[in-house]
Parts: sequence; structure tokens; C-alpha cells
Amino acid sequence: MSHQVVPVKVYAAIFGALLALTATTVAVSKLELGEYNFIVAMTIAVIKGTLVVMFFMDVRRASSMTKLFIGAGFFWLAILLVFLLSDYLSRGWLLNIHWL
Amino acid sequence: MADSEAILAPQEPELRHHFDDSAQQLEASTLGMWVFLVTEVMFFGGMFGAYIVYRNMYPEAFASTSHFMNVTIGAINTGVLIFSSFTMVLAVRSAQLRQKKALIAFLILTLILGCVFLSLKYVEYHEKWVDHHIPGPGFQYADPRYFHQAQILFYLYFAMTGMHAIHMIVGAGLLITLIVMAARNRFSSGWYTPVEMIGLYWHFVDIVWIFLFPLLYLIGHTQ
Repeated sequence: MSHQVVPVKVYAAIFGALLALTATTVAVSKLELGEYNFIVAMTIAVIKGTLVVMFFMDVRRASSMTKLFIGAGFFWLAILLVFLLSDYLSRGWLLNIHWL
Repeated sequence: MADSEAILAPQEPELRHHFDDSAQQLEASTLGMWVFLVTEVMFFGGMFGAYIVYRNMYPEAFASTSHFMNVTIGAINTGVLIFSSFTMVLAVRSAQLRQKKALIAFLILTLILGCVFLSLKYVEYHEKWVDHHIPGPGFQYADPRYFHQAQILFYLYFAMTGMHAIHMIVGAGLLITLIVMAARNRFSSGWYTPVEMIGLYWHFVDIVWIFLFPLLYLIGHTQ
């Protein structure tokens, strides 16, 4: 783990980017984009979250072991959400199959 | 490695005997903190999962409730929380450079911003209370079609933002502890692991809000 001190302007740039993305997500939410509202809002949230994890939490300089643990954590979260939705979103689909 | 030893003092009294050096000790702390944060990801993940399921079940009811969310306060609070993450990271930086005054100043600033967030949260909750939007026997809703479904969504709103607010209160307590430790020169030797670990926690709570804000306040607003 290297612990060189990061210049303030790097943190300030990330801070500015996070504020700009917040303003963007609020502005986009006022537009009628149908289902793209959800996609845009979540994409911006993921970008913001990644910036915080990589720069403020300094994961970009963390050890491979720490990165593996974090990756495993989010992979398990993905399992939770994907399997949950594969159940709820597909309910009732079989009712439309008449040859069964 | 060579860089880390330049900043972490080699003579530090905080180095435990079962670690080779302070870099390894810090790495162990970081890994342990992340294991805890991963359990927190799973904990909030369960609530996000419940939210997604109900949002898919009752999209019309959800769209009608989103008009009662205070987007202005939500957006201001997002900015406040991002600002507090910025001051937290500057506090960690001051600890690395052993600037005691700057460390205490940034920790206090982070604490104040956390309190601003909680105060605005109180204003929002009070608004919901006045409007009878708290799920339960006193619940009232403008659109009778969604009387029951809206309660589920307000319940999720209070569960998720409430759990987030509890994490903020815990974080405020941890910050006070850090301020006291810093004032007592606990970090003067160059050992600042608690500052860095509580920093990770504070940023994690920020990330939870980064996802809560669009999901609860923004989506469905135009429908």
C-alpha cells in the first residue's frame, strides 16, 4: 500500500465532479424521458459512487486483497438483486403459454 | 512501501508485535474495515431489493408518492453530504501530514455538515408528519386508489432514510471520538488508522445516500 499524500486539487476536482453530476441528475429528472429517466439516474449514481470509492476511499491504491473483497461484496449484491428480480419480473409469464 | 514509511513514523508505539511493519498493520485494518462495509452493503442491499420489487409491483402508486418528496431539500442534502466527504478526505490528508490543527478543523467541519444533513432530514420528516404521510393509523393520502400502496412506499422511504440517518448519527459520534483523540495528541506520532477507517465509513454512508437520492426523490417525478 503506497501512502503518498494526494494533492488537494485532486480531491477538489472529484468534489467538483460530484457536485456537477448531482446538478445533472436533478436537471435530467425534470425531463420526460420515459424509462430512460431511471437509466440515466442510475448511471449517474454509479459514476458518483465509483468516484467516491476510487478517490475518496482510495481503493485505486488499495491492495489486491482489499479489491478482491470489495469486488466479491458487490458481486454478492448483484446475485441478490438479479435473482430477486428474475423471480418477481418473470411472474405470470407462463400464463401466456397456451400449449402447456 | 518506501513511500509509506516516509509518512508513517518507524518508531511508532502503536505497531502491534504480530505485524511486520506499520504498512502491514494498516493494510489489515483496511481489509477488516472493508469486510464490515461489505456487510453494510448487503444490509442496505436488502432494503434496496425490497424497494425495487415494490416499485415494480405498484409503479402508478410510486409515481404519485414521488410528488410529495422534497427534491430541493434532497438535492441540498446530497451537496452537503458530498461536501462532508470532501472535508473528511482533507482531514485524513491532514493526519497523514501530521497537521493537528488542520485535522481537528476538518473533523469539526465534517461533523457540522453531518449535523446540517440531519437537521434538514428533520425538516423533511416534520413535513411528512404534518401532511399525515407517516404509515400507520393516522395515514392520509390525497388519492384514495393508492391509500395502501402509498403506505408501503412511505414505509420504505422512512426505513431507508431512517437507517441512513442512524448511520449518520453513529458517524457523528465516531467523529466526536476522533476530535477528542486528535486533541489529546493520539495521532501526533504519525499513526492515524482510526481517522482513515472512520473516513471509509463516512464515505460509505455518503455512497448510500448517492443511491437513495435518485431512487426516492428523482425517479417517477415527471410521470
